[in-house]
Amino acid sequence: MADIPRVACQVMWNRLLSVVEEQARALVRTAFSTSVREAGDLSAGVYDAEGRMLAQAVTGTPGHVNAMADAVPHFIRRIGRDNIFDGDVYITNDPWEGTGHLHDFTVVTPSFHAGACVGFFACTAHVVDIGGRGFGADANSVYEEGLYVPIMKFADRGTIDATLVRIILANVREPDLLIGDIHALASCNEIGHRRLVGMMREFGLADLAGIAEFILTHSRSATLDRIAALPRGESTGAMRIDGYSRPIDLRVRLSVAEDHVLCDFAGTSGVDEKGINVPLVYTKAYACYALKCAIAPEIPNNAASLAPFRIVAPENSIVNAVHPAPVALRHVIGHMIPDTVFDALDKILPDTVPAEGAGSLCNFQLSLRPRSGGRAGEDAGRAEVLMFNSGGSGARPALDGMNATAFPSGVMTMPVEATEQVGPVIVWRKELRPDSGGAGVFRGGLGQFIDVGAREGHEFDIQAMFDRVDHPARGRRGGQPGASTTIARSDGVPMRGKGKQFVPDGHRVIMGFPGGAGYGEARDREPERVRRDLALGYITADAARTVYGLAEDDIAATLARARKGEIF
Amino acid sequence: MPRDIVRAGVDIGGTFTDVVLERGDSRVSAKVLTTHAAPEDAIMEGLRKVCTRLAIDPGEIRQIIHGTTLATNALIERRGAKTALVTTQGFRDVIEMRTESRFEQYDLNLVLPEPLLPRNRRYTVAERLDARGKVLVPLERAEIVDLAAELRDAAYESVAIGFLHSYVNGVHEQRVREVFAEHLPGVMLSLSSEVSPQMREYERFNTTVANAYIKPLMKTYLDRLAGRLQAAGVACPILLMHSGGGLILLESAAEFPVRLVESGPAGGAVFAADIAARHGLDKVLSFDMGGTTAKICLIRDQTPKTGRVFEVARSYRFKKGSGMSISIPVIDMVEIGAGGGSIAHVDGMNQIRVGPESAGSDPGPACYGRGGNRPAVTDADLLLGRLDPDGFAGGSITLDRGASVSAMQNGLGDRLGMGAAEAAWGLSEVVDENMANAARVHAVENGEDLSDYTMIAFGGAAPLHAARLCEKLGIDRCLVPRGAGVGSAIGFLRAPFSFEANRSLFMKLSAFDSARAAAFFEGLEDEATRFVRSCAGDAEILIEHRVYMRYSGQGWEIPVRLTPGQARVPDASVYLKLFEDGYARLFGRSVQGAEAEIAVWSVNAFTRTAAAQPEAAVALASALETEGMRPLFDPAAGRVRDAGIHARNRFGTGEHVSGPAVITEEETTIVLPVDGYAVALADGCIDMRKFPAGTEGKHG
Repeated sequence: MADIPRVACQVMWNRLLSVVEEQARALVRTAFSTSVREAGDLSAGVYDAEGRMLAQAVTGTPGHVNAMADAVPHFIRRIGRDNIFDGDVYITNDPWEGTGHLHDFTVVTPSFHAGACVGFFACTAHVVDIGGRGFGADANSVYEEGLYVPIMKFADRGTIDATLVRIILANVREPDLLIGDIHALASCNEIGHRRLVGMMREFGLADLAGIAEFILTHSRSATLDRIAALPRGESTGAMRIDGYSRPIDLRVRLSVAEDHVLCDFAGTSGVDEKGINVPLVYTKAYACYALKCAIAPEIPNNAASLAPFRIVAPENSIVNAVHPAPVALRHVIGHMIPDTVFDALDKILPDTVPAEGAGSLCNFQLSLRPRSGGRAGEDAGRAEVLMFNSGGSGARPALDGMNATAFPSGVMTMPVEATEQVGPVIVWRKELRPDSGGAGVFRGGLGQFIDVGAREGHEFDIQAMFDRVDHPARGRRGGQPGASTTIARSDGVPMRGKGKQFVPDGHRVIMGFPGGAGYGEARDREPERVRRDLALGYITADAARTVYGLAEDDIAATLARARKGEIF
Repeated sequence: MPRDIVRAGVDIGGTFTDVVLERGDSRVSAKVLTTHAAPEDAIMEGLRKVCTRLAIDPGEIRQIIHGTTLATNALIERRGAKTALVTTQGFRDVIEMRTESRFEQYDLNLVLPEPLLPRNRRYTVAERLDARGKVLVPLERAEIVDLAAELRDAAYESVAIGFLHSYVNGVHEQRVREVFAEHLPGVMLSLSSEVSPQMREYERFNTTVANAYIKPLMKTYLDRLAGRLQAAGVACPILLMHSGGGLILLESAAEFPVRLVESGPAGGAVFAADIAARHGLDKVLSFDMGGTTAKICLIRDQTPKTGRVFEVARSYRFKKGSGMSISIPVIDMVEIGAGGGSIAHVDGMNQIRVGPESAGSDPGPACYGRGGNRPAVTDADLLLGRLDPDGFAGGSITLDRGASVSAMQNGLGDRLGMGAAEAAWGLSEVVDENMANAARVHAVENGEDLSDYTMIAFGGAAPLHAARLCEKLGIDRCLVPRGAGVGSAIGFLRAPFSFEANRSLFMKLSAFDSARAAAFFEGLEDEATRFVRSCAGDAEILIEHRVYMRYSGQGWEIPVRLTPGQARVPDASVYLKLFEDGYARLFGRSVQGAEAEIAVWSVNAFTRTAAAQPEAAVALASALETEGMRPLFDPAAGRVRDAGIHARNRFGTGEHVSGPAVITEEETTIVLPVDGYAVALADGCIDMRKFPAGTEGKHG
């Protein structure tokens, strides 16, 4: 470090952050699955020769944060130092050494400069199918969840392993999309590598040791400063959620020490028999994310800035499931971890964290096919269609929650038009759900309605992945809960929040996604805000009257002004 | 086009309207205050001034090229018409739900931007097409007639119509237009299938809503302008600079005013690119600061960076995703509310905040003496010694120092316990930091490091702030071109006549139809050249053919450039090879076994722009004597220094001065800091550089 000027170090740190952003952008541009190219369910990072993460792209997935930081050392160990060559590309979808389920592929590429391996690039993306039962909750072990590719070489010195490719292609429902995505993952590492080598030439670096030390030292001390400024102490947090067939209790004990914060999930429910279990790596990611948001939001993620956040959980709890537990939907439980951590953090750092929100993304996957036993029409076809959607976020200490906005995940929804280009699916409705935001001085964010069906002549299975059917988001400081998840068939047949369910030709699935909870007592909400909510249809006249106590003539006048298109 | 033809460039900014008249090598310009109530007034006054100075009759003008930030400012300041959106049932909230993501992952108190139209101005009707454009739910005329009555009752002036999948088939949108034309006469309509016929409903609807929102304002303005010019005897074609740096006819600009978003700044980028070419600069940061906003654009290899989506009005530290997405071809730049007229206030945490609200031209900053009483950037510039109260805008406005002092004291100083001078320093530092931050973010988003860039500064306020901005960004060199105060207007005259005709039509290479492809290109070429011919007379027209290709299943295409021969005799194997080579160049490797397809066919016709004359390096000649001294505040040191005053028009080639100094001209003032020197280049550019470390003041 001594021989690199400080200003150059600053520039290079910034440069590495922009290199990984570019790496991530290249992945979006070249990917095939809508989960990657439209929704941004991916991540990208650069590592030094020891496998320490130096910079990570800020993408939609905090769930990859620690997972990515931990992954590259696994690759170095499994592949073997002596077996790493220029032109190699490594791959895995191991839930425990990658990012938590078989649907995430992680690709790692060694970066060679002047004949030496100077670092690594890694990236991860959620692919649309990996065979097995399909993306859903119903498996009883990871063996049922699809093809399992252990850490291995995808390309050896530039030559792609044709045998591996054939095995992958033969085991998945959308082979063209998957192989295209794997190529995209390899390509984006290549882009990162080129930019890194360009930077090393520009600054005359032979290796990354100096700049790595600079980045890690500064990140560590900045993070420790933030932790040192916190009040010392311990607190506990808990949240009960739906689970698959029985409720799950998430429990955390938070302790703030001088040089670290410890989250211990002892007391949390045990492993479930269905595929909603969470490998520890994913638990670490979301617990860490929650703490970083509240404590050190602006310090970039890398090996050193993450290290002071220590996350532990008992083995065989649902947040530390070990092989061969089924883990496909680890996100449903994993996305609830921040609200659990916030419950504890609120007792140490009041007026900082939001009320509970929808938590997990409201995702579903459809397997569409021509209807059985009838004429399907000439252009009928099969397709796997994955949709990411969001409920409302929790109200903040001084702000309403955000409507239909992902938190803690940050992925994007896919445009409906892009989704409908993929297969014979029709999204009939996707809009805000009135009265779903929990009432309070500050209102929870609204959830949304989605109605979905197939084009005529098709039937489909829906893999539901929803929580908060029985356990809506809870308010803070007297705020009211958000609305629960609802799901039913268009003919009124009830449906379950999780699991694969059949929908015959001509029927639709009608869903209401949950709202965030409120903050503070509803009766203390400013009347101007209540009127605005009413005018915009965020709340109904009934709610304005009964929940917020708005007078009848006030309601009538407000609605009349709203009909005239007035601004509130 | 003959060289002695008379052409006018006209740029309306938020504060000033610039008019440039060019005949051969002679060029004159005028800067007049923008007349917001009737922007054409300022144009007519400016034209009268420049015609008088070149001694020509307005009837001799053969071409007027016009750009304006009126459209952008109306969007940023939310001053558009009362507008409704009519959309597909079940999709009322597309423009509000956006992508459902957060543009800043770690901020628990994030505030998402409000949609342009609130929910009670968004209406839905029963109708639906599928992804191939087939009707699933027919549109009922009766429902549209009823809706028209409802919209009439609410007195909307403009309506955006955006239905799902209308980029494939616009039939339902057209049907609504027919009914509305009958039942809502006088209400302006914008169809998403015409404004932005591209897949992805959020961007398309938002672009259409933005078009509708500013259409009444822009269309009536352009119609009045055409009338006024005609009345004044100007009978020539009027062309508009569009967001992508090319030109379109006034009629289509009035129909699609969203394409004028950033047109003034696009002219500025074209201007900076021309200067960059003349000076052989490959890495340029163009910095254009006017009365209302500052624009920052990266120019690599003398070509402004372009994009297909632009974000207007970023609300959160200029962060990507915090503004409104508009999908039009654009010169990619960041724009922030930081101009000479930007007003400062003190926020709840006792921090000085500047902009985006602007005093504009009326009342203008306090020092204009037109009734403004809140402190603006120009007031700070005056108090810090950067502006001469008697020499502003060529002496046409005498600045009132006393008014600046009291605005600064009342608006900032009293709240902060500061004197007016210190408050002015704070204001100036905040606005410079805002701009530096925007530039850094933009550079990072583009993976660029600014330290080896050269700044080209223009626009009325830029030369006052350029040196400080360079200090903050670590940039060592800054060029201030001649005509810096009217750069965009000059840029309009440098823009090529160009037209890109394109069509979306998927064709897999496995089902490639060569004859159809050839016919496609022929039709597009005809459309594109016809347009350029109508503007450019018998000038040589160049043609570029492109297909945008991808592997089937991908969501984004890459452009594949074709030779005229490859376009006339299309061959699938040639196209595949070009695509795979291009793909491997961009992304490292092609995808074995995946099928390639063409998504968009495009023909661009354009005239050749006059090759920029390279400027030779100059030898340092003598140092200029000062014409006087005045106190100038040094923001880096936090104290006043005595600065030399120099008139720009007295610089001969190679003559130079050392900082601290002010170099004055009619349209602006260049501020030179203590550790810098400035040399006049042969083309009149002022070349500001830093003294090598440790040699300050020894030079000259």
